[in-house]
Formats: sequence, structure tokens, C-alpha cells
Amino acid sequence: MPRLKAGEKSRISFKLNGRKVSGDAEPRLLLADFLRHEIGATGTHVGCEHGVCGACTVRLDGVAIRSCLTLAVQANGRRVDTVEGLAEEDGTLSRLQAAFRRNHALQCGFCTPGILMSLEDFLARGGEPDEGEIREMLSGHLCRCTGYSGMVRAVLEIVEEMHEEQNA
Amino acid sequence: MKPAPFDYIAPESVEEALAVLAEAGEDARILAGGQTLSPMLNMRLVEPAVLIDISRLPALDYIRRKNGHIEIGAAATQNALENWPELAAQAPLLAQALPHIGHFQTRNRGTVCGSLAFADPSAELPLCLALLGGEVVLQSASRQRVVKAADFQLGMLSTAREADEIISAARFPVAEAGAGYGFAEMALRHGDFALAAIAVKAGKTGVRIAIGGVADRPMVRNFPAGIEGAALDDALNDLAWDLAAADDPHATARYRRELVRRLGRKTVEEAKSCRV
Amino acid sequence: MLGTENQTNYIGKAVERIEDAALLSGQGRFIDDLPTAPGTGHAAILRSPHAHADISAIDTSRAEALAGVHAVVTGKDAELWSEPFLVGVRQPMQHWCIATERVRYVGEPVAIVVAESRYIAEDALALIEVEYQTLPAVVEVMAAMAADAPILHSDVGSNLVNERQFNYGNPETAFADATHVVRASVRYPRNSCTPMECFGLVAEYLAAEQSYDVLANFQGPYALHPVMARALKVPGSRLRLRTPADSGGSFGVKQAIFPYIVAMALAARKARRPVKWVEDRLEHLVAANSATGRISNISAAVAADGVIEALELEQIEDCGAYLRAPEPASLYRMHGILTGAYNIPHLAVTNRIVLTNRTPSGLNRGFGGPQVYFALERLMQRIAIELNLDPLDVIRRNLVPAASMPYRAAAGAVLDSGDYQACVSRALKDGGLAELEARRDAARAAGRHYGIGFAAAVEPSISNMGYITTVMTPEERRRAGPKDGAVSTASIAVDPLGAVIVTADSIPQGQGHRTVAAQVAAEALGLRPEQITVNLEHDTQKDGWSIAAGNYSSRFAGAVAGTVHIAATRLAKRLAEIAAPQLNATPEDIVFSGGRLFARDNPDNSLSFGRVAGAGHWSPSSLPENMVPGMRETASWSPDQLVAPGEDDRINGSAAYGFIFDFCGVEIDADTGQVRIDKYVTMHDAGRRLNPALVDGQIRGAFAHAVGAALYEELAYGEDGSFLAGTFADYLVPTACEIPEPLILHHDSNTEATPLGAKGMAEGNCMSTPVCLANAVADALSLDEIALPMTPSHVTEHLHGAERPPSTDRSEAPAQTLPGKGRGLTGSGASLVPAPPGQVWQMLLDPDTLAAIIPGCESMERLGENAYRAVAVIRIGPIRGRFKAVIQLSDLDAPHALTLSGSATGPLGSGAGSGRVTLLADEKGTRISYEYSAEIGGKVAAVGGRMIDGAARILIAEFFKRFAAVAGGTAGETVSLWQRVARLLGLAR
Ligand code: FES
Ligand code: FES
Repeated sequence: MPRLKAGEKSRISFKLNGRKVSGDAEPRLLLADFLRHEIGATGTHVGCEHGVCGACTVRLDGVAIRSCLTLAVQANGRRVDTVEGLAEEDGTLSRLQAAFRRNHALQCGFCTPGILMSLEDFLARGGEPDEGEIREMLSGHLCRCTGYSGMVRAVLEIVEEMHEEQNA
Repeated sequence: MKPAPFDYIAPESVEEALAVLAEAGEDARILAGGQTLSPMLNMRLVEPAVLIDISRLPALDYIRRKNGHIEIGAAATQNALENWPELAAQAPLLAQALPHIGHFQTRNRGTVCGSLAFADPSAELPLCLALLGGEVVLQSASRQRVVKAADFQLGMLSTAREADEIISAARFPVAEAGAGYGFAEMALRHGDFALAAIAVKAGKTGVRIAIGGVADRPMVRNFPAGIEGAALDDALNDLAWDLAAADDPHATARYRRELVRRLGRKTVEEAKSCRV
Repeated sequence: MLGTENQTNYIGKAVERIEDAALLSGQGRFIDDLPTAPGTGHAAILRSPHAHADISAIDTSRAEALAGVHAVVTGKDAELWSEPFLVGVRQPMQHWCIATERVRYVGEPVAIVVAESRYIAEDALALIEVEYQTLPAVVEVMAAMAADAPILHSDVGSNLVNERQFNYGNPETAFADATHVVRASVRYPRNSCTPMECFGLVAEYLAAEQSYDVLANFQGPYALHPVMARALKVPGSRLRLRTPADSGGSFGVKQAIFPYIVAMALAARKARRPVKWVEDRLEHLVAANSATGRISNISAAVAADGVIEALELEQIEDCGAYLRAPEPASLYRMHGILTGAYNIPHLAVTNRIVLTNRTPSGLNRGFGGPQVYFALERLMQRIAIELNLDPLDVIRRNLVPAASMPYRAAAGAVLDSGDYQACVSRALKDGGLAELEARRDAARAAGRHYGIGFAAAVEPSISNMGYITTVMTPEERRRAGPKDGAVSTASIAVDPLGAVIVTADSIPQGQGHRTVAAQVAAEALGLRPEQITVNLEHDTQKDGWSIAAGNYSSRFAGAVAGTVHIAATRLAKRLAEIAAPQLNATPEDIVFSGGRLFARDNPDNSLSFGRVAGAGHWSPSSLPENMVPGMRETASWSPDQLVAPGEDDRINGSAAYGFIFDFCGVEIDADTGQVRIDKYVTMHDAGRRLNPALVDGQIRGAFAHAVGAALYEELAYGEDGSFLAGTFADYLVPTACEIPEPLILHHDSNTEATPLGAKGMAEGNCMSTPVCLANAVADALSLDEIALPMTPSHVTEHLHGAERPPSTDRSEAPAQTLPGKGRGLTGSGASLVPAPPGQVWQMLLDPDTLAAIIPGCESMERLGENAYRAVAVIRIGPIRGRFKAVIQLSDLDAPHALTLSGSATGPLGSGAGSGRVTLLADEKGTRISYEYSAEIGGKVAAVGGRMIDGAARILIAEFFKRFAAVAGGTAGETVSLWQRVARLLGLAR
């Protein structure tokens, strides 16, 4: 890739939730800002811009990362998945989303998209995480509304379901 | 809270990266995982002219055994190391320390070498490197040199790396036969930087302890192999004082000394107990 | 068909939230998600790095010249187009939306840049040059009240801006006659609930109409709307304030966006375009809002059995740099209920409101309650200990008896309902106190530190708009006119096809108000909640509202849901009147169920809801006589019991009062001092619970905030006013690993205080939990006093007794840092130079030497005798910053000693320090010794807390090392701490 000059925009394209998107970004543009304000995918939130709160978490090539600590140019040509891609086309919630709703795992919902994206990666890695491991993974996110109980319950339910399916 | 303008380049090869670095020197920053650099960019604590992104250079993305070391390339993430199948057997200390580094989400991107490069006095990986007596491979366009851990980290956020060099790899010695390893840290919340972090190797010839988070860099000391009881307490007490801890908003100097004494003792005992 | 009636019974059911589908799929509509008009500018704010300074000049020319910058706004513009904010006490102090002549806290806005993008706006901030004359700062209330304290607002002449004393009953006699007097002194720290979404707004100036239009994630109270309109010098109708559908939490905090609404309205006017501003986390932590810090000295006159006859309370409130509306509400919200859950007839109160060089205080979950209960419930434990009673007995002997309800508390609160004893009994049983005691005993027997704590609290909800006037004397109140009540407004409308829409003034911040409003409306109209559309976006030009509107004082369930119920019931009554003749029944007999209306005794003959309601639109002529056309009902409700403070200063500050009783067991790790919550039980009487799942969610959320306040969080300041908690790595919000699951119990009372019998419950644990945990820690370690937050470092101070010294046979005494004054750095060192003192002295006075020894010095010019100005680039690791420095040599005592002082400022922050340098003749030359102290502020102090001291020490050591080197000494003789350590460890290079 040629050297991109400060202040000059270049064309960035990637697969967002399975669809190709593109927009213009100068080198310093954060991926979070690009997603939100260039592409219009505002489901990914920004809560600290210094990597602690986790609200901006998306999957880059499947891996949960902070989009506030990633440059838009770094996503060029790759795969990005965000909360907008979780539900079915017709709006049917995914299993994880439904478990969140059932367990009152969210209030304001500002932290939720990042948490869901972390969990998508975490749960995809298999294994049967116990409550301690789930909490440890969730500690990469801050939620100010819920006290975390609902989301811990939701994840435990999913893990249990996955376990039962595997045994079936 | 947005970064100041910079040029960006994702070189195709290590050589290209080094050439750009040779030209830009002090004005360039190497971007690997970005888990430390990016917040500093966002806060405008760092305003480089050019960012050289090595995160996707396949030549730097490896973890391998080599000459009694585990050699970790500059693009390898902490998560990759955590999931390296041989980790527990080859580097039990790292296996214990890695889960304490930030969080799942930051380890997914943060690199091992990046942590060494940043030289945070509280960071776990520099502590492990210091305890194990590992080394760092520094590469510039014109030369390569290998620097011992003790000579690499010079103080708070500063290392022996010259402006035209990148850390191309870090080398952690593999576990010594018959030695036991222990790791403990006290952080205020899970994943926070340690108020004190302690790594211990209990080998046949001696007990080696390294303390992070207290002085301006990891500090290592050797105790006799059989040290225990009051002698261990005495040694840890002197070590605690020698580190010249200072008060900060999160903990007093005294608190850190207590951690060195108490967690130090526990960790030494733990290391001894898993000596095989 | 009648069987379906149960299904229309939605109040009290834990139905899933209608908000969630959108929030879970990234379709929330938060402020920063909404489209803006083309050409909208983006704002960034330049903030003061100093806690206290006069602004002598601002040069914005370079910023304005930057490509992409639309406008730069300063205090001058504020003076041109606005007025200072109204203040709650009569004092000559001015608070402008942007600092005009002086800054009074770190983070105070000094200038605003409006640019094409936020990125460019931030680029421009670095180009603004502000000259400050720094002033001494004061951050502690006691110091602020001292005679020689720096005064924040010169015209007031004191930092004590208000003081009032109150006497209820006859406390003097009670104390004189008391068997025992028990005292406690506590300090409540500054903390904040830090919602995950920061402030955000889009402001526009409509020049043709001379009006402002602002969309902001403001949360109320709307009593602040007149404050904003007055500041903008427009009638209220010309400040249109709208709120987005979703807000990422608030917990009171987003009240404090209001000064920015005014500032950005001015920015939009100057930039001649809409302006969008989204606060970032650094801005939020440093300057958004904070609970008040408070020192409370409390004492009780107690009988031998623990029964309290009287209380005396002195409260000293830290409101920060400005008394920002609605302050001093934090101090007065609880005024009527300062006696808590206890039957205490006599009460004396002294309230002092003090300003300090910290961020202005404001609403924060619990609002005044955490401070009050921290004092009161600590005192309850002290009474038990000093009188050798069981703490639980002391609580139980003093609880207001159920038979006394409604109970008029000494200072005026009217407790509407509740059986506190029954709550306690059930909590002890269902919460398993006996088991917990067994765990404690076992732990203690094993030598571990285990303690149990209790706390009881009355939780007020639905604030009386008049309580703040308790800060005035009755005479002042008479002149100002009465203030009281708490008006809520809600509307319900049916559209021509029979769809129902509810609106209200609750301004939700994520709690699920839409769900509950839908439950309430659905129940009244025989529909399902999903059939009700609830839109709680608010528009001051179009929606009903009054000053009490907003999301605070737990007013939703009691007041707003109650008002929705009133509106819905009125609508149902009209529909019944329409339907009755068609169903051959009386309106009273009409049943609403399953989307149909029918007579109670003839369910088979029914009309569809849509058809009946449609008549109001399609056929007004068919409506019963005298019925107004259209299908909208708007209800407003204000609790009758909320009257203005009386001549006797008694005030019923809230409409309803819930009750909480908590107990917990904690264990303290002997090695690390960490407090582990072993078990936490919280019993609530919240009246009728409209949606139990949401109630428990609120309780868990408040509990999590409280655990943060108790164990982790503090908006820390240095003694010089520098702010030290500027990131989420410094301000420690607990994660899933730190928050245990509390056991939540309920014992609901019936109350007539609100239309549906609901009381607030979302703040109570912020009041009860910090002190319950503190009581447990105090119990575990047998402490008389305990400070918040109970961090491991603080707790450890009580664990190990005197510290073990280093061994004495060592070759060198260990390096020690002298105790600093708060943030201040101090240190000392010495160096040997092979030259006589006279020669060394000459070098010290030589500017070239100085230039050579200042690290990174790029240029230096002489300002006057022994005074210089320099520009230096300072580096610490990857961090690099250009600083402008002023250096001065003073107190010259040739050739023996001098004082070297300096200050430096740059975009990264500021530093100031001074050192006394002493020269001593030695046989080998001159021994130079120095002692220094330094202070660091601004961005680096706020975000680098963990490392900044160490980094500064390195710089200072570097300075003296270079000095020794330039003077011909050996650098190695300059002993930096780190070198000394390294040498001791045999690692020195
Ligand atoms: S916004 Fe990225 S971690 Fe907080
Ligand atoms: S639901 Fe509001 S921050 Fe998590």
C-alpha cells in the first residue's frame, strides 16, 4: 500500500456484515467514526475512545476488537461485523439477543452492542465457559446500568443450550 | 479526543518498514496492536508524523521455539501466545501471566513485542522477560542486535531501542527443567495495570524474583535456593524498601511495600511448590 | 371472553421490554446517531488546565486561520449574547457558560472551536494561545473556609456562600438531658455515576426568529429550562429543547449538560450554522458533574437502651467552583428526612455551602441521600458499639412504627406508608442473617477478617419543587413567592384507525419507561402493551411539561406512570360513554378486553376498540352530547401533599417514601486489603411494583453504582486542584468481576401517595449500600472511622500496624520520597563539583548554563534580572510535548544558596516547581545539594496518574544531572531515585 498522506482521504472498502461498503477516510480516522459517520452504521457506540469501556467492540475478521483503537484504513479489504448483522433480515433476534432481552440484560443499551460482539467471538471459540470465565471476559466492558447480572445469566443460558445441543 | 494528523503506511515487507523508519526516525511510530499507542494517539499525547503499521506483516507474525527460546515475532498478538498449544509446557510463567494482561478484547490485538516496546513499569510481559532473562531482537535498516532484558528496559517508558529500530522479536527462555514458576499480581479491577506484580522462578540454584509496578521498571533479585521462613521475609522486606515506591492516586508507597512482602512470599512459595 | 380479562392485567407483570429489539440490533436512536443538517459544524472545547487562574489574554487568530475552522467562541461572545446563570442563593457570583475573566476549576471551558469535523476542531484547539496568571487553589472545604483561603468569587468575599441553622423540636434540652452522646464525623468523597454515553447536542440559532433550537440528551429537571432561556436572553418559547428517543444512561449526570446547551447555542449563533458537540470521556470525567463532597459531623442524644432522643447534624457541602443550578439541592433534597427511618423528635441542623476549585456538583443517583445516610448509619453503628448494644437492636428500637404512618418527621417529611419492622424481620429471615453470622464466626475463628454491616434508609421519590427554597429564610421565601408541587404531564391519543400513542414528560435514560407506560395504558384500555406506541422524545414547544419534568428523583413510577394512568383512565371513560348506548349499558358497566368493549354481563355483544375510538375522528357528531371531539387526553398531576416550606422551615421534600433495609457480610484479604463482598441482602418497600423485572434491574444498577462508590470510585484531586482521574483507567468503574449478585427482597406496602401506589426505588441502594459496606468493613477491622472509597490501599492502613523498617546492616539507607503535599512531588539530591563555590555560583547565574541544563531546551530569552523565558521539548518515552517555561532565580545568598523556580505550560498540561539549591565548600570542590517540590496539572496529570509522578522525577533528576555535568561534576554523583535503586540491586549500568 502506498504511503497515505496526513489529511488526504483515500477510499476504504470492506465487507460489513457480509455486504461490501466503502467510504473515504484520512489516515487518522478511527474505525468507530468511519462506521458510524461515513457508513451510517451507528449501532456501534463510542464510550471512551481509550480502549477501556468496550462499547465500540466489533469483529475484525471474526476477532473482537476495539474499533476506537483501530484506524479505518486498517480495515480496508477485510471483514467487519457489527451489531447490525446479528438479527435475521426480518428482524428476528438471534439466540444471544433474545437471551439478553429475556434476562433484562440491558437498560439503556449503550454498552450492549459491544458486549454482544465480544460474546459472538467468545462463544464461537467453543468450550463451556463457567460463570467466572464469563465474568472475566465481560470485564472488558463497562456497563453502568445493569450491574451485569442479566447478561451473565443470559450467557450462562446460551452456554447451557449449546451444551445440550452438542449432547443431543 | 481524536488523533492529530499523521501519514500512514502499511509496508509490504520488514525491509520496507525499516527503510521508512530509517528516514523518519523519531517522527515515526510503529503501530502493531495499537492497544497502548492508539489511546495515546487519541489523547494526543503522541503526535507522530508517520505511523508504520506492521500488524499485518506475515514475516513478523510467528511464535516458534528456537535455541532454547520461545521467539515471538512483532506482529504476534498476546492472544496468539495465550492460545499457543505449547505454552503451558514451555512457558508456565507466561501462561499464568497472560490472562492478567488487559482483557480478552485487548489481547486479541495487543502484541507481545508492543508491550515490551512501551515499557510500562506495571506491565506483565516486561516483568516476565526480566525474570526469565530473555532478550529482544532489534532490527534497523543497517543492523540487527540482540539486547538482554536487563539492558533493554531503561526506565519509565524508555528502552534501549534506537529511533531507527523496531523490535522484530522477543525471546523468552523456555522453562528450565526442575524449576517452578509463580506469578501474582494485585490490580484494583480485573485487567487493570498492577499495583504490584510478582514473578518468581524457583530453580535448583536459586530463587529469582521480579517485581513490577513498584519501581520505574521491573526489578529482579536473586535469593539463595533454600531461602524460606524469616530469611525470606527479611529478604523481601529489604527488597520492598529498595524499590523506593512512591505514592500515587491509587496506592501508597507503603501499600506497595506490603504487597511485595506478602504477595512476594506467597508467590515464592507457590513457585517452590511447583518445582518438579 | 371474560376469561381474557386477566390477560389485560399488565401492571405488576415482568413483561419484556419494548425498547429492547431496537437496542439489541443497533437501531437505537441516541443523540450521536441522528442525522444533522448539511453544513453542521462540529465543536471541541478548550478547557482550563489550571484550577484557579486569571485569564489575561486569549489569542484565537491561528485557530481561526486553520482550514476548516468556522468559528472560535470565547467568554467575550458569552458576554455579548448571554447572561450568567441564575444562582440558587443570593450572592454576587457569576457563572458564565464559558469562562470570562477567570477559571475556577480544571476543565472549565475557555474557548470553543467550531469546524468541519471534530478532528479539525481539535487540531485548532492546539493553536489557541491563552495566557493565564495562576492563583492559589483550594480543594478542601475546611481549607476553603479558613480566613486566609484563596477566594473563588472575590465579590462574595468568602467561599462560604450560604449558611443556615435549623432547630426542630427541642434538641438543646434533649442533649442536655441525654444519658449518652455519641458522635461520628464522616467525609463523603466526590464521585460520579458516569453514564456510558457522554453528553451530546446539536444546537441551532434561527436568526430570523431570534430563537434557539437544541436537540440534547438533557435529562431534566426542566426547572433548568428557564435558567437556560434566561442565560440566552430569550423567552422560554424561543429556546426549543428537544430530546432524542434514546439516551445512554444518565443517573442524574446529564442534568449538567445545560451550561453546554447555552454555550453551543452561542457557538451556533457565531458560526451561523448548526453546531454539534459530543462530549468525550476525558471531558466528561474532568468537567461534567460530580456528587457533592460532604463533611458531616453528627451526634445523637441517646438513652441507655439505644433509643435516640435527638440528633445534631452539621453538614459542610463542597459544591465545587460554582453553585450551578439546581444546587444547593444536593444538600436540601433530604432535608425533611434527615432523621432517616427513625422516630427522632428533636433535630438541630447546620448547613454550610462551600465553594472549592473543583468541578461544580450536580445531580447524581441518590442525590444527597448517600451523604446523609453515610453519616446517619455510621452513627447507628457507633451508638451500638459505644453503648455495647447489638447494632440491629439499635436500628430496630428507633424505627418509625407502622402504627404511626403517615408519620411526620421532625424536619417535615411525611412518611406515607410502610411497616419497617416487618421489612427488617423478613429480611433477616429470608436473607439468612443467622447463616451469615455463622460464616462470620467461622471466618474469625480461623483468624480471617470478616464483618457484618447493616443499614436502614428511607428512600424519597418525586421531589417537591419547593424543597430547594429551604435554603432561604422564611422572610426571603415570602419575598420570592411560594414554590412547591411536582407536576407531571402525560397524553394519550387514539388515531383514526384505533392505534394508541402515549407521550409523557419522563425523559427516559434507559430504564424502560416506554414498556411501563405501555403496560399502564394497555391495562386501562384492554389492549396488549405491544399495541401501544409510546413516544417519549420530548419537545418543549410541542409537548406538555412543567418545571418538574425530567428523569430524576425516581419520579417515573410514582408520578409519570401514575399520570399516564390518569390520562388513560379518562380516555377509557370517554370511550365507555361512546360505547354504552350502542351496547345498551351504562358507561360504568363497560369492560375493555382483548381489543373490544362490551357490557360486563353481555360479553358476546362487543365493539372493536378501533371502531369506538374512531368515532372521535370520523364522526364527531355521533359523540355523546357535550363530549369534546378528537381522541386525546392530556393529564397533569401534582401530589397535593407537596407544599412549600413552612414558617417553621419544615419541608415535605418528596411525595412518597420507600424503605430499604440492607445487611451484608464482607471479608478482607489480609495480604492485599481487598474487600470481598461475601453476601449482600437488600430488602425494599417500593410500594406497588409496576414491572418487577424492571424494579429489580434498577435495584441492581443502583447497587452496582454503590459498590463503585464504596470501593473503587473517586474523582480525585491534587492539593493544587489538579484533576487526577481523567480516564477510565483512573476512574475505576467496576466491571462484571467486581459486582456480586445481591439478594433482592421485597415487602410492598400500599400507599395512596401516588395514583398507582408506586414509589421510587432506583436510588435507594446508592444511599444504603455504601454505608452498609462501610459498617461491615468497620466491623471486620474494629474501626471507629472509615473513609470512602475503601480501596485496598486505604484498608491496608488499618491492617498491619507499624511498618517493618528495612534491615539496618545495609550499606546504604533506602531511597525515600519525602511525603508530598497531595499531588506535590518532592525530592532531594546532591552532587559534587570539582570547582570552588564561587565559580559554581557564577555558572548558576549564567543563562547559557541554564539553557544547557533544561532538558530539551530549544530557546531561551531573558525576561529581567535572573528571570528567563524558555521553550523546551520534553520527552518521556513516546510522549513528547512542547512547553513554554518561565524560570526565575531568587532568594540569592551568594555563593551559598538560591531558589530556582519555574513553571511550564503546553498542550499536554502544566507544571510548576521550585527548588532550593545549596552550595557547600568541600575539599574536593563544591557539594551542591537540592531539595525540590513540584506540581503537575492539566492533561498529563488527568490521564497519566499512574506514571506522571515517576516521569516528573526523571525529568527533575535529569535537570540536576545535567547541571552537575555542565558544572564539571560527575553525573554519577547526582543520585536519582532510579539510579540509586539500580545500584542497590547491582543492576546499575
Ligand atoms: S470506546 Fe472503544 S473501548 Fe471505549
Ligand atoms: S445498559 Fe446502559 S450502560 Fe449497559
